[in-house]
Amino acid sequence: MGTTASQLGKDLLSEYQELTFLTKQEILLAQKRFTELLTKDEKNLPNTRVPMERILTLPELKSNPFRKRICHVFSTSEQKDGSLTFEDFLDLLSAFSDSATLEIKSHYAFRIFDFDDDGTLDYGDLEKLVNCLTGETDDTRLTTEEMRQLIGNILEESDIDKDGTVNLSEFQHVISRSPDFVSSFKIVL
Amino acid sequence: MPRSNLITSENDIEIGLDLAGDEEEEEEEVSTLQEEQRRERQRGRRRDGDRERKKRKNDRSRETSTAGEGEEEEEKRERGRRRREKSDRETEGRERNTEGNGRGKSGKTEKTRKNIKNEKTRKMEAEEEEEAGERKTKKKKREERTKEREREEEEEKPKLTEKKKKKKKKKKKKVETSSEQESSEEEENQEEDKEEEKEVRPESLTPEELEKLKEAVDEKKKLIQGLRGKPWPMKKKLLTLRESQEFVEKYEGALGKGKGRKLYAYKVMMTKKWMKFQRDFENFKTACIPWEMKIKEIESHFGSSVASYFLFLRWMYGINMILFGLTFGLVMVPEALMGRPYGSIPRKTVPRAEETSAMDFAVLWDFGGYAQYSVLFYGYYNNQRAIGWLKFRMPLSYFLVGVGTVAYSYMVVIRTMARNANESGVGDDNSFNFSWKMFTSWDYLIGNTETADNKFASITTSFKEAILEEQESRKDDNIHLTRFLRVLANFLVLCCLAGSGYLIYFVVRRSQKFALDGLENHTWWERNEVNMVMSLLGMFCPMLFDVISTLENYHPRVALQWQLGRIFALFLGNLYTFIIALMDEINLKREEEKIVKFNITMWEASLHNATESENSTAATVTIIQPADVPRGPCWETMVGQEFVRLIISDTMTTYITLLIGDFLRAVLVRFLNYCWCWDLEAGFPSYSEFDVSGNVLGLIFNQGMIWMGAFYAPCLPALNVLRLHVSMYLQCWAVMCCNVPQERVFKASGSNNFYMAMLLVILFLSTLPAIYTIVTIPPSFDCGPFSGKKRMFDVIQETLESDFPAWFGKVFSYASNPGLVLPFILLMVLAIYYLQSTSKSYKEANVELKKKLQTQNEENKKKNKRAALKAQMDLEEARKAAIKTPEHQKNNNASVKVPEDGDEQHRGSQRQNNCRNGRNLPPPRHQEQPPPNTRAPVSRSYHYGNQGPPGYLPGHPRHSEPRMCRAPNLQRH
Repeated sequence: MGTTASQLGKDLLSEYQELTFLTKQEILLAQKRFTELLTKDEKNLPNTRVPMERILTLPELKSNPFRKRICHVFSTSEQKDGSLTFEDFLDLLSAFSDSATLEIKSHYAFRIFDFDDDGTLDYGDLEKLVNCLTGETDDTRLTTEEMRQLIGNILEESDIDKDGTVNLSEFQHVISRSPDFVSSFKIVL
Repeated sequence: MPRSNLITSENDIEIGLDLAGDEEEEEEEVSTLQEEQRRERQRGRRRDGDRERKKRKNDRSRETSTAGEGEEEEEKRERGRRRREKSDRETEGRERNTEGNGRGKSGKTEKTRKNIKNEKTRKMEAEEEEEAGERKTKKKKREERTKEREREEEEEKPKLTEKKKKKKKKKKKKVETSSEQESSEEEENQEEDKEEEKEVRPESLTPEELEKLKEAVDEKKKLIQGLRGKPWPMKKKLLTLRESQEFVEKYEGALGKGKGRKLYAYKVMMTKKWMKFQRDFENFKTACIPWEMKIKEIESHFGSSVASYFLFLRWMYGINMILFGLTFGLVMVPEALMGRPYGSIPRKTVPRAEETSAMDFAVLWDFGGYAQYSVLFYGYYNNQRAIGWLKFRMPLSYFLVGVGTVAYSYMVVIRTMARNANESGVGDDNSFNFSWKMFTSWDYLIGNTETADNKFASITTSFKEAILEEQESRKDDNIHLTRFLRVLANFLVLCCLAGSGYLIYFVVRRSQKFALDGLENHTWWERNEVNMVMSLLGMFCPMLFDVISTLENYHPRVALQWQLGRIFALFLGNLYTFIIALMDEINLKREEEKIVKFNITMWEASLHNATESENSTAATVTIIQPADVPRGPCWETMVGQEFVRLIISDTMTTYITLLIGDFLRAVLVRFLNYCWCWDLEAGFPSYSEFDVSGNVLGLIFNQGMIWMGAFYAPCLPALNVLRLHVSMYLQCWAVMCCNVPQERVFKASGSNNFYMAMLLVILFLSTLPAIYTIVTIPPSFDCGPFSGKKRMFDVIQETLESDFPAWFGKVFSYASNPGLVLPFILLMVLAIYYLQSTSKSYKEANVELKKKLQTQNEENKKKNKRAALKAQMDLEEARKAAIKTPEHQKNNNASVKVPEDGDEQHRGSQRQNNCRNGRNLPPPRHQEQPPPNTRAPVSRSYHYGNQGPPGYLPGHPRHSEPRMCRAPNLQRH
């Protein structure tokens, strides 16, 4: 197996730099981390997909409640199994990097929160989102009454056209005025 | 006749071709053409009208002609545009022909060109025919022809537009198309590219085309730049990037001609190199940011709030580096290199009395002995105006660096504050309280399970709190008790503050007494009492405050702010007591100085007498060593020493508390847990949390002391850099190895400007005493760069007088005249007032606009509701009507499901028509009498479609969209 640098190729590296918000070092680091996830025989194959279970062993994603959603959103796999190629992985890191723009961050955040992939955040999505945020344990979970109230308030605030769901533009409107979205929507290797 | 017609039409095209370069003229021409044709048509119509009056034959044809008039005009314009385009192509082709290379590869374009030409000629022919001879032919025929033409053109249109798009390679279009189509299209494009590559030679391009190509290239470049901001998968991005790069590379070289071409190619190459360099430089810069990886590691373990402390520390480090650079480069190094060497004059020599102990470590640790008589302190500097072969103006430089450090610090702090305010200023309003809690509360950086659990808990509580607050303002069960407790707590805190203030004052006074007695007679504690007491107070009082604040029962966030405010007050009080005590000491020293001055004159006189008596001056000069010369106490050096000692002891306490409070505790808890009666890790001592706010405050106060003392001890920034450097590593290590994540995870950005504001306050408060001493107290007579002057700032005056031409001094004196300064200040005040009032009015306007938006929103909602209701009524009527005619339904049920997507637009337009025609129009009438639209069958299927799905929701008002006419959308749900 060649070294990481030769494997990636100079042209490809510069293209990746052009296309992502990552620096050269970050791409190389990502490459290193990604190859660590591969098994021995997979290493020799180009464009291997790493299944979601193995991606989720990364410590950066391990304790994230949205880890599965993140994999699904960034996966280009046709089976919708959340497996990632290296390029998908780079996309993920780029969207979560320091210098990514608010637009791209909010776009992906929306897709992550959109649990049923139907293009809007409806009541079910929001409920799942709240459950993700409050953790799995029973003592932190909200009661149905609280949940109803909370989601009602959220829809009251951000559902501007009052169709009962939050769509992408409404979501981006809300997010763009938040002071700490950009600083917290980050994952670094 | 037809022959001549043909010729004229050809001419027409030729003219069009010639003018291809100039769009405006072209347009003009087209318009004139249109004008002519319209006139001609009008003439025809008049004739037609006559004929019609005679015949009154068919209504239908008239209708279409009136309706078609507008369309025709449109058509004409369209044609003109297309002709222009085509002419472009033709020029291309023609020029190629004139070039004379009969390569057969141009097939495609050539063919199309021919086609177009043929069509064109045919059309022209038709027109000319009309104009010349066909006046008697029936109107029907003409109509037929126009229809035909229409069809032809409609066929032609997509072809041409596609061509154009391909030529320009608009990516936007591609974005819309699905990926499969895209790939096929791309192949086509590439083929086209190849063709074009062979075809397009820079010499054969018209300027317009060049312009177009350039535009396309620029577009590509923009696309490449914006590509990373697009939420596409990497594959797509890569493909697009490669293609566009290929395109750019292909055509960039082709642009420009001859000499210009070379220049252009050179420019392109340089920009490429420059881009690469920039990217490498960017990489280099990020690689150069110190501690980036460390901070990221901490970030992933403890979340952004702990990391924010380290970011702040790094920022501080940067500022101190610059301060250090200023003082080191402009004051210390010149003095060390070019100033008089050590031992040449009294102020640069250790006095005889201290010589024996000058190298002792205890003395050096206190910055006495050799350390005191070195470049590290104010007193060492000579008042010689210019030193060394560079004629470096030492006193001036010293003064300006002192002013510069303060000015720079102000600038940086204020700029950072402004930037922070810009970033967070938008989110001040509370309108999205819940949504933000929901969408932005997770910190994606958290990679530690424990932190994540804490975060879950804190998010849950914040949700619950928010819900509670929303439901009702919480009622206090015993408001009197709470109030009493709060008052009590504040009283206790005040007592603490006053006590600590008195303690410091007392200690400083005592230390002065000790100093008068001579330091050697006292123990280490007595000598370092002041600093130790201050550090200990700074350590224990916050804990006390924390205990007291539990009495108050505030919301955690409010409690944190109170806590911070109290610690701030404590530190400030301590610092100011210290300064006041120092001022007392300065005054004492000055008294002493007076006596010494008197003594010195006496001593000099006696010396003089001695020389006179001995009559050999040379001998006495050799006898008197600089070390033996009596000298004043030099209060400036004393102040500097005090600050340096303070910093050192502060640093030491910080490190020791870190080691004991965090490390030792962690070790004990970890290892004693095996043999202890209760669970140490979960129970009382447990592990310590990282105290972000306390650490930030410590840093801020440390910086305040630096600012205060830097003027009298140029070594302070250097010391601080060292301290920050060490604490970066030490604290990083301590956090990672012996702290646990916080129980309450606070957001970093919320308090960012709060800390900055504190820093600004401290900066102001610390420059105050420094400026006061500089301005009001005369410098010592025998030490420092300003000795012999009345005030320190006289050095400016001196420089102006001796180093600048006379007129400059005059101008300066005029400028500093109160008559000029006062109006200037007044003007500034006015400007500030003006700016503030404008900003206020902007804010008001903002609020107004917001209100307007809201009302508009509500109105829209109401409108939608009304529209939805009306639509619902319409629909019901339609249904009733439809029920009456069930056989229709049967017939058309099959066709109901066919028009799904393709007809959607038609339906939309249909609906719009409905809206415009008045919503009360009952649909059955539509059925009987289709609207004046050619797409009647679609409308019919639409009406049947309404009844198709059985259980639709009848016009739920909340589902209506802002657009008026979209309401009927619902029925398909």
